[in-house]
Amino acid sequence: MAAIPWKKWAGAGESIQTVRILVRREIRDALRDWRIVTPIVILTLFFPALMSFVADLALDWVARYGAPIIGERIIPFLLMVVGFFPISFSLVIALETFVGEKERNSLEPLLATPLTDAQLYMGKMLAAMVPPLLAAYLGFAVYLAGLYFFKGWTPEPELLILMIALTTAEGLVMVSAAVVLSSQATSVRAANLLASFVIVPMALLLQGEAIIMFYANYGVLWWILLFLIVVDVILVRMGVHLFNREELLGREIDELNLGSVWRTFKAHFVWERWFFGRDVEKGPFWLKLLGTICGLYLRELPALLRRSWLAFVLVGIGICGAVFVGCDLASRYNLPAEALRLEKLTPEMFTALPDWGWLPNFTPLGIFINNVRALVLAWLLAIFSFGTLAVALLMAPLAIVFFFAAQAARLGYDPLLFLATFVLPHGLFELPAAIIATALSVRLGAALMSPPHGTTVGENWLRALAEFTKAFLALTLPLLALAAVIEVYITPLIVILTFSRL
Amino acid sequence: MQKHDGHPPSDDLLQQSSDSGIMYTPMIELLNLTKKFDDFTAVDQVTLSVAAGEIVALLGPNGAGKTTTVRMIGGILRPTEGRAIVAGYDVTGHPREVRRRVGFLTEHPGLYLRMRGREYLEFFGGLMGLTARETERRAIELLDKLDMREAWERRMGTYSKGMRQKMALVRALLHDPPVLLLDEPTSAMDPHSARLVRDAIFTLRDHRRAIVLCTHNLTEAEALADRIAIIRRGRIVALGSIAELKHRLLGPPVMELQLACPVDGVLDLVSNVVKIDGYGDRWLRYTTSDPQVTNPRVLQLLASQQAPVVTLSELPRSLEEVYLRVIEEM
Repeated sequence: MAAIPWKKWAGAGESIQTVRILVRREIRDALRDWRIVTPIVILTLFFPALMSFVADLALDWVARYGAPIIGERIIPFLLMVVGFFPISFSLVIALETFVGEKERNSLEPLLATPLTDAQLYMGKMLAAMVPPLLAAYLGFAVYLAGLYFFKGWTPEPELLILMIALTTAEGLVMVSAAVVLSSQATSVRAANLLASFVIVPMALLLQGEAIIMFYANYGVLWWILLFLIVVDVILVRMGVHLFNREELLGREIDELNLGSVWRTFKAHFVWERWFFGRDVEKGPFWLKLLGTICGLYLRELPALLRRSWLAFVLVGIGICGAVFVGCDLASRYNLPAEALRLEKLTPEMFTALPDWGWLPNFTPLGIFINNVRALVLAWLLAIFSFGTLAVALLMAPLAIVFFFAAQAARLGYDPLLFLATFVLPHGLFELPAAIIATALSVRLGAALMSPPHGTTVGENWLRALAEFTKAFLALTLPLLALAAVIEVYITPLIVILTFSRL
Repeated sequence: MQKHDGHPPSDDLLQQSSDSGIMYTPMIELLNLTKKFDDFTAVDQVTLSVAAGEIVALLGPNGAGKTTTVRMIGGILRPTEGRAIVAGYDVTGHPREVRRRVGFLTEHPGLYLRMRGREYLEFFGGLMGLTARETERRAIELLDKLDMREAWERRMGTYSKGMRQKMALVRALLHDPPVLLLDEPTSAMDPHSARLVRDAIFTLRDHRRAIVLCTHNLTEAEALADRIAIIRRGRIVALGSIAELKHRLLGPPVMELQLACPVDGVLDLVSNVVKIDGYGDRWLRYTTSDPQVTNPRVLQLLASQQAPVVTLSELPRSLEEVYLRVIEEM
């Protein structure tokens, strides 16, 4: 029978009520801990008032030296700092949520209630979020009131909205990531150690934001906000998906079991021999070898690539983005005509490419190593960024290629001819190799987010790693080797032959 | 509720009779219940049923699988294999419904020490779906029963160990569940408090609650339980009423006869009826597998010889002997 809407709403109402009970208790408990309350009060009232005073002094001081611009930039920067300091406490509260309760033995009674995993997760997350966020908003108010009182300064509405939104999004990123860590750690100590994975990226982000604020380039901050919202969605989804009461209660010690890691990896790495229906296992050595190769290339790898369709779609979107970015940059930054004289290209110019400083030796080995290095770097970045930075790393060279293609078009060359000669010969092999490696890196990064039902995060990650390794060794490396040879010996010939006739 | 086939393994130790005279309305039915953590099997093919108004004690060494079993019954852990039906609900399919109907006293009280007793019980009452008024009425009633009304407004951090344990029991009973899982209910309690808790458990049994008790306190298990299940390495290795287990594991009961005169005069006569295991100046012991028949005959014989009998009683054998026998033999 179809669900009756009012029943659905009644269920949602009950859920909200349950989460509210949980949040209220958590907040009440947190606010009774002087170790939490004292710093929040200091950072909410004392610190913003101090910052307001500092901003006032700084404005007067820089004005004396005729540099009021510095003062103007300090005020919004301090506004950001005033908001960020209280929310940094949300990390401490969130890290403690599950694993702290487990250490105090108060988790099991909670798990014995009819609370669902999602209710428990959301309740804990909100409880960790609300007090520091309220403290941050209060800190804003105190700081702005001080500035208004001292200087009569009021923020632009855009700046205020941006700061509130950025602070909220940063708080949510820290809390959702910390709750994930807390639900996966076996002790508060372990959770605190793992917190580096939250603190270091957030510190880097804050430094970046600070630099941007001194340039007063708020447009970039809106993009950062969008990025943070995407990360929030990923982390909350990941947290709800990974939260598992069994794991919380069952896991007492996290032991690194290399034997088990290897067995899991191997189980997903090996494939079945197959040779057009013949009984390969009972056949001679050559048939087994053929079975191994055919099993890999005709069955295993196609199935693996089909399973990764979503990652390929994401990579495809990234490529489209790269094309857009390249063309957009070309329309804004024009190269001088003499910088792109394609009809004057010579073989020596190709071999002299390493002289530019950041390009590899123009030999098959140099190019091969460079490409492998880039894809391994993408793989590494994917692990720490849920796959997103792997796509970004693929987008960068493609954006450059399309930047030059668009420049060529602007200078009167046929852009399709440009792409067909400069990119297509080796790109036929290099692009699929890069796309496959990037897509499987994305899968590896995303494997942390949503393991299939009945599979642990570790198992899912090892599976993705085994599949990446298999495809990298069997497809990417041979394709890259072939592409490198073509790029060195064939592409320059085609380019020179084509454009010297123009 | 449909009765599920809860036949235990054929081992004669694993008999699920209800000699204790309990009308059998199963509230908990476990059928080949198994729980694995990676390669480790914590609970292995456990089959057991507990009736409404019955207390079953789970005994076993540390790490035997008792807590994992009760966590599965309580809908906290999902079984790897097998089934568990609790108060009519399958723990795998309807864990929330199961949790609504189970009162779970965990091994550690796990209280929030910065909260007052009132706040704590209001919190759990809310999670269990009780109104504030219902929670207060029920909490006061239970606190009174356990002689700790003073705890209502006190911060739990100031409670003694026993009070914390009792508060945890109140939390488990707050929503008046038909099934109770009690893990070491009287540990850390003084004798008076332990007595109050035991009385409360008896009252709950009288109100037809199905109770599973996990304990290392064998005296308490003997005093409270209608049936005993001994778990070792995740398997139930002995199951039955205390009398059954004693009979099966320690042999027929040994009777001790105390006389007001020397036994020499009656020794030959008595040995014609029963096999005498030992005797002293004014006492003798014999083993009988059928005391209902044998004892009246012995007394009749002694009366006919005008031998003055002081007492005839079964020699006490503790549950501890049964337990150690099972653990050592298995």
